[in-house]
Amino acid sequence: MGTSITRRRRQELIIGVGLLAVLALLPLPIHDVYTRNLIIITVLFAGLAQAWNVLGGYCGQISLSHALYFGVGAYVSTLLLTRAGIPPTIGMFAGGALAGLMALLVGWPCFRLSGHYYAIATVVVGEIGFLLALNWDWIGGATGINIPYRRAIGDSWLWLQFRIDKLPYHYAALAFAAAAWLVAWKIEGSRWGFVWRAVKDDPVAARSLAVRIFPSKMAAAAISGALTGIGGAIYAQYVGYIDPDSVLYGQLSILIPLPAVLGGVGTLWGPLVGAAVLIPLSELTRSYLGGSGRGVDLMIYGALIVLVALARPQGLASLVGVRVRAPAGADDAATA
Amino acid sequence: MPPLLEVDGVSKSFGGVAANVDISFDVTEGEILGLIGPNGAGKTSLFNAISGEVVPDAGEIRLAGHRVSGLPPEQCALLGIARTFQVVRSFDSMTALENVMVGAYARHSRTRVAMAQASETLAFTGLAARADVPAHALTPAEKRRLEVARALATEPRLLLLDEMLTGLTPVEAQSGVQLIRDVRARGITVMMVEHVMEVLLPLVDRAVVLDLGRVLTIGAPEAVVRNPEVIRAYLGDRYAAA
Repeated sequence: MGTSITRRRRQELIIGVGLLAVLALLPLPIHDVYTRNLIIITVLFAGLAQAWNVLGGYCGQISLSHALYFGVGAYVSTLLLTRAGIPPTIGMFAGGALAGLMALLVGWPCFRLSGHYYAIATVVVGEIGFLLALNWDWIGGATGINIPYRRAIGDSWLWLQFRIDKLPYHYAALAFAAAAWLVAWKIEGSRWGFVWRAVKDDPVAARSLAVRIFPSKMAAAAISGALTGIGGAIYAQYVGYIDPDSVLYGQLSILIPLPAVLGGVGTLWGPLVGAAVLIPLSELTRSYLGGSGRGVDLMIYGALIVLVALARPQGLASLVGVRVRAPAGADDAATA
Repeated sequence: MPPLLEVDGVSKSFGGVAANVDISFDVTEGEILGLIGPNGAGKTSLFNAISGEVVPDAGEIRLAGHRVSGLPPEQCALLGIARTFQVVRSFDSMTALENVMVGAYARHSRTRVAMAQASETLAFTGLAARADVPAHALTPAEKRRLEVARALATEPRLLLLDEMLTGLTPVEAQSGVQLIRDVRARGITVMMVEHVMEVLLPLVDRAVVLDLGRVLTIGAPEAVVRNPEVIRAYLGDRYAAA
């Protein structure tokens, strides 16, 4: 019986490696800058959604403050670069560490709340972070920070700066998404993954089995926040300019979980499938309906989520035949 | 050597309702103890106190001589108190095996070991064939067994069963009784709340009868059911004399 879990996990790993190879080759025949950018952003969001999934999916804590962790990662690595001359390949781990720490700081008071109250509290925390950054001149305030291209160094992996050809950013984003996926895969097969899902499904029963709820949530938050921060740092290097409106805005806290929600919360493939559908869709609607503002793509997001929630509550990933853990009662509802 | 579990003068009120009033009794290692009483007698409340879910207002609960009252449920579980719930609480996003693995992780942090332990426990409870079935797809009787398996996987010294046989068909209940006997044969002490008297009485070594939050009587099951006070509590004064 236990062998079926082991077998499934090995299969997942094989599919993961295969997918990584495909994604590594994907942009090579494409030379159009717009499409390449789309692929990079999609891959980045697959990683970000996976990072959110660690806390929101596996542990069931619906966090709406992930823009804060994303922003902390972006700001820390950028400030280390512009103020101390530390290369972002190092800075992004510092940013990740601080974002993880920030997630712990947010979790300390917020995890005393549960369910919707927790989610609401995180919204407020995210908004506080945005306002603080907006008014903090030392980190650029509302003007933001420009990341200068260092001519003396030129295109460099160490400094994560590529001007001649943006393709390396694809590999940076891909490495990030692959790392996030691998972390999720590792968690699924470890004590933490089991314990977190128990916390999500039924905290009372979990406690009766010696599960410590608060530390479990904190651990999930730290890992989730740290991964998100690393994603933020890579994004900052990619766009070359950050300000509160681009890396800390409240909407981002919705955009990060959306692919996971659409693809399948608490599943290994959900965030990936969700990002592959949502991000191109959002970019396309934005470019075709560009003049009418940012609202229309979100309306389509919303409509899509409603559709998926009605027709396929387990998420899109369950459509492609990937084994997905159904949320409680989903199957009963389908067969009833 | 102290008894496995000592309940010593435990009282607990919720608002103005006294759920447990000065309850004292011991549970001997290796026995099956029945906890009976009419609805609202305070049985589940007492279970919650023993498993750490609520802290008694007064009194003390000791496991093998060590105070456990006031400790949180996760600590009680580590010390060897496992329980099932009156209303089934399964982890519905997981398979049966994965449910039991959560329990097994209490003692083993390595997945391979936890999985082996959980498989063995599933087989012991007769659910081996259902290992890969999602918990929400199990029958009610299987869900009850799954809760027992999950609790056993924490390798407890004392297992608290809250109405494990209630709502089952007679056949299911009989196999449930056999499971409880098997659990005891493994050296695990069992304390159970049950309404189905004809199933409970032949199974337990001793019974504690609660009524309105107090201990009415403690004794061998056949003596307990003949006790006039017990009959009065269940059936009213008219039958007590008969």
